[in-house]
Amino acid sequence: MLLAWLLIAPAVGGIVAWAVAPYGKQWTRWVSLAAMLADLAIAIALWVAGGTVISIGPQGGWITQLWLPWIPSLGISFHLALDGLSLLMVLLTAILGVASVLISWRDITDRVGFFHFNLLWSVAGALGVFLSLDLFLFFFMWELMLVPMYFLISIWGHENRTYAAIKFFIFTQASGLLMLVSILALVFVHHAATGVFTFDYFSLLDTSMSWWTSVWLMLGFFIAFIVKLPAFPFHVWLPDAHTEAPTAGSVILAGVLLKTGAYGLIRFVGPLFPDAAHWFAFVPMLLGVVGIVYGGFLAFAQTDFKRLVAYSSISHLGFVLLGIFAFNAIALQGAVMQMVAHGISTGALFMLVGVLQERLHTRDMREMGGLWQAMPRIGAVTLFFVLASLGLPGLGNFVGEFLVLLGSWPVNLALTVVGACGLVISVIYSLAIMKRVFFGPRSGASMFADLGLRELTIMAPMIVILVLLGFYPQPLFDVLKPMLGGILQP
Amino acid sequence: MTLAGLYTILPYDVMALGVVVVMVVIAFCRSHSLTLALTLLTIAVSFFWLFPTGSMMPRQVTPLLVIDAYAWYYVGMLLVTAAGTALLAYAYFSNYGGLKEEFYVLLLTATLGGMVLVAASHFASLFLGLELLSVSLFGMIGYAFNRDGPLEAALKYLILTGLSSAMLMFGLALIYVTLGTMQFGLIVKAIAAQHVLADPWMLIGLALIVVGLGFKISLVPFHLWTPDVYQGAPAPVTAFIATVSKAAVFALLLRYWIEIDAYRYSAVYLVLTIIAIASMLAGNLLALMQHNVKRVLAYSSIAHMGYLLVAFLAGGSQAVEAVNYYLAAYVLTSLGAFGVVSMLSSAGSDEDIDDLNQYRGLFWRRPWIAGIFTLMLLSLAGIPFTAGFVAKFYALAAGVHIESWWLVFTLVTGSAIGLFYYLRIIVALYTNPEEEAMPAAPALAIGRAHVGAIYAGAISLAAFTLAVIWIGVYPDPLINFIQYATTFI
Repeated sequence: MLLAWLLIAPAVGGIVAWAVAPYGKQWTRWVSLAAMLADLAIAIALWVAGGTVISIGPQGGWITQLWLPWIPSLGISFHLALDGLSLLMVLLTAILGVASVLISWRDITDRVGFFHFNLLWSVAGALGVFLSLDLFLFFFMWELMLVPMYFLISIWGHENRTYAAIKFFIFTQASGLLMLVSILALVFVHHAATGVFTFDYFSLLDTSMSWWTSVWLMLGFFIAFIVKLPAFPFHVWLPDAHTEAPTAGSVILAGVLLKTGAYGLIRFVGPLFPDAAHWFAFVPMLLGVVGIVYGGFLAFAQTDFKRLVAYSSISHLGFVLLGIFAFNAIALQGAVMQMVAHGISTGALFMLVGVLQERLHTRDMREMGGLWQAMPRIGAVTLFFVLASLGLPGLGNFVGEFLVLLGSWPVNLALTVVGACGLVISVIYSLAIMKRVFFGPRSGASMFADLGLRELTIMAPMIVILVLLGFYPQPLFDVLKPMLGGILQP
Repeated sequence: MTLAGLYTILPYDVMALGVVVVMVVIAFCRSHSLTLALTLLTIAVSFFWLFPTGSMMPRQVTPLLVIDAYAWYYVGMLLVTAAGTALLAYAYFSNYGGLKEEFYVLLLTATLGGMVLVAASHFASLFLGLELLSVSLFGMIGYAFNRDGPLEAALKYLILTGLSSAMLMFGLALIYVTLGTMQFGLIVKAIAAQHVLADPWMLIGLALIVVGLGFKISLVPFHLWTPDVYQGAPAPVTAFIATVSKAAVFALLLRYWIEIDAYRYSAVYLVLTIIAIASMLAGNLLALMQHNVKRVLAYSSIAHMGYLLVAFLAGGSQAVEAVNYYLAAYVLTSLGAFGVVSMLSSAGSDEDIDDLNQYRGLFWRRPWIAGIFTLMLLSLAGIPFTAGFVAKFYALAAGVHIESWWLVFTLVTGSAIGLFYYLRIIVALYTNPEEEAMPAAPALAIGRAHVGAIYAGAISLAAFTLAVIWIGVYPDPLINFIQYATTFI
């Protein structure tokens, strides 16, 4: 039942936050914060209780589940379940949810009620994606998180928001429909084989089908997920959407929504179509490596700070793709670690861009420079997250990237070598940020307010998490361990 | 006809009686609200009688009508639609200068025509129902005859509907000549007995029927009238055309196709596949170029008929189930979408509020109605939490089931294109009014109209909204009933 509360808190919180908006914007913000903190508390409670493992399906490592009938006439149920991977994603979502409510505290001043409604509902949708074990429910949640995000971008976004929002929506929707076709085909194949009409994940796991059927169905899922991830060449929606979204939207988009793609690859593509996915693995690994290098180069070429961070996401998520399709425990652990660390570090970087934009009214790095003297605290915090993002040993991102490379080494040497070169590129563009924004000649003489207490309260825990993940990642691997076997050897 | 037969078709009797009563009352006492009350009462009583007569289904009442759960499902749908349209029309016509009351007589006769169609089991009742519906619609479209738009639309509709009826009639005649019977149930036996499966006259007859009915449900290439008539007709009438006439004709087409097992005719099947693909593509692509909300919705309805055809082509119980759900979702959503246009417009003004520019920033001025419009557009686009999502799911499932990948991928492509124009309207709704130079703020008719009338329209809109969410989030009861109804056909 705790799982249902995880969804109810933001969903109801969003409605209440909207409803109280006429009585004062402050109320809306507090209600939203309370809802997100409730989620965080539930997620932590689940983490603490995580030791108990229940057996509910062919895969091991489930911590808790919720099963309710929904549309029995079509074999659809409201089936939520949580294992180590879901738990990590839920925690990440809750942390970034709290952060995005806090960062919008002064950033968003008009139509506050509707903004928080959308923010909380897109978080609810993402949580639903991480928990659903019914394919229909999964698709329902998958689409559900898009609509509020569309509104976040198109109403509170920056200059080119309408274009970006529509592009984002059409890309993800169209690819989602391909997945729906695959889901339906899978269900019918299962129906033909067993006579049972069901959308349940566990029932569909061992569906026997012909080779080409499995390849086609796998491709349907695969395309939907790598569009969301996004991987080269489906990444074109991402720079626009990330750049134009309001700060909180970018945080949720980069930190949470992109992870749903990676999550889907781990949860569905491998286990549902093991043979086809292994056979196909070279292509995603190649796309991952291309993304690492290509995203890095494009990031370096940007003058817009936010766009740079957006392109760096493509590069970082290339590692995730590489790690997932190496199909071994080390690389998969690395991929998950990279997902968590990237969520935190990129989320923080987007918030810092937002903080700078609030003060300077620009994101153009050509108009920045020498800001360290004016805002040393912002500079220092940015330096930390930039270092995290370039993979400095001792921080979470390093562990993730290192494990991915270690795991994919025996699988494909050439791709691993090229991917490792991507680390060098990330150093270049990351340090370029520091040089262009914080060092060099000072542009503009005016003094700006440095990071305030509210902003520091958001940043501090994220710094702590990245350091902890870097020095002592074992708890994360412990949580993950029970479910790895089920994912890798279906 | 026996007394028992009359009892079975009591909902029809009530509607026919209601038409007479409303007409007589108008002759003695002209009152807009009284007429509405009588209309709603007629519809309610007719709806109520569906339940006691539902227990003894299915049965043939004269050779003309077959009463089964399938027919009752659609009759219920049509009655609900008619009631919703009546309420919308009440708000819309409340400050109309001319005579308002006769509109409801036409509404009732048109609905009765639709009801005959969905239970038709004979060419005579098919044609009777269709003409009753079409002729009444002609009057409804041109009802606000002080305006140019409705008159033009009515004339267009009259000429083209006459043409298509002639085609249909010819098709029916050819089949009669070949087989010597006009009753659906006997046709299939006649085909088997006379070995006329590949008879050219039979094929031509079927093709002409497809043309005639394709016109009514505006499938490409018989769709050309749709945007003009949708745009010209008064908004509540547009809602009625988009829902009642389409649902009734589609229900008939499906029953006919299944009863005579026309799926066997691979040539006709191929033609229908091509028509479906053309409808999905043309509807969606042409909608992209429109700046008028009614025209966008008109082209979108063409695309939706294409999606429906995908479900239709699946054949068997799969098709019936999918079409039944899809039509319920489509009818509710279209009623809601055109209902919003209708609530914003009024027969008292020169034109309906249907230009996209007039919708700019609507959300910030009137959040409720814009919110409902958003929901309806999302439902048309097939986004979760709405009826349209489950409907699209059904259509895709049907396409995947018969492994007709061309249809499936056209459906996917069409939906993706469709998103673009739905989003364009939504973008307009949520445009920040301070940033945009507002085009001379549209004089929203709602302020001038009678307050009570507004409540009537608002109630029906609210009901559609709740229904769209309800069957989108918890469709199980509806699906159960549909599956039950499907077993009879």
